[in-house]
Amino acid sequence: MLKVLFFARTREELACSGLELAWPDTRLDLYTLQEQLCTEHGQSWRDILTQDNMIRAVNQKVVTDNCELNDGDEIAFFPPVTGG
Amino acid sequence: MAEVAILENISINVHEADFDVAGLQRGLLSGLSEEGAVATFTGYVRHANDDRQVFTLELEHYPGMTEQSIKTIIDEAADRWPLLAASVVHRVGRLSPGDQIVWVGVASTHREAAFSACEFIMDYLKTRAPFWKKELGPFGETWVSARQNDACRAARWQDDSIS
Repeated sequence: MLKVLFFARTREELACSGLELAWPDTRLDLYTLQEQLCTEHGQSWRDILTQDNMIRAVNQKVVTDNCELNDGDEIAFFPPVTGG
Repeated sequence: MAEVAILENISINVHEADFDVAGLQRGLLSGLSEEGAVATFTGYVRHANDDRQVFTLELEHYPGMTEQSIKTIIDEAADRWPLLAASVVHRVGRLSPGDQIVWVGVASTHREAAFSACEFIMDYLKTRAPFWKKELGPFGETWVSARQNDACRAARWQDDSIS
């Protein structure tokens, strides 16, 4: 099982706060997962998830490059943060 | 490998309710015996942002990652300065102009470490902790954009000359 979460503007633009996906029983990396989401959900998702300033986190840590995923991982997509 | 300072007196709270800064400062100091300085920062919801009047601010966060990222920031601060205790409170949900939104408190034996660490934690919190603000006003509603100035303020801590 993979958990995919979306926050803030990204969540609103996708009209989706998160998904649970079955683990594919094969190797899977972050960029491949993203490509699968874009293929499955269409151009609007591709436009949003590939934005230059999109931040990606795996297991609640920001990643700046592609990385291998594992069964049980939590993946998140969100815009630049604006707290404080 | 360099020895990493471990700070045990850390408090991190993310919640909707308002907070009492006097109580937080007492809590920060409780159990300490070497304190000589406390620096605190309180952030408030602005009445206007970029000349736009704000009626309501909505704060969203990423539960779990928020607390972990603040812990990482405090650990980095404790590695740079000799701290005795550090505490961060951040509100989420619906807030109004003038409301308290964030509080950072740092205790140390001397003021220099307390001042610097408090500013460091705040600068990094603004650029690394997963909070997002949405403003509601006469213009409708809009997500607040990240500010380049905040990124610059955080980046200057990478320059060893000021740490």
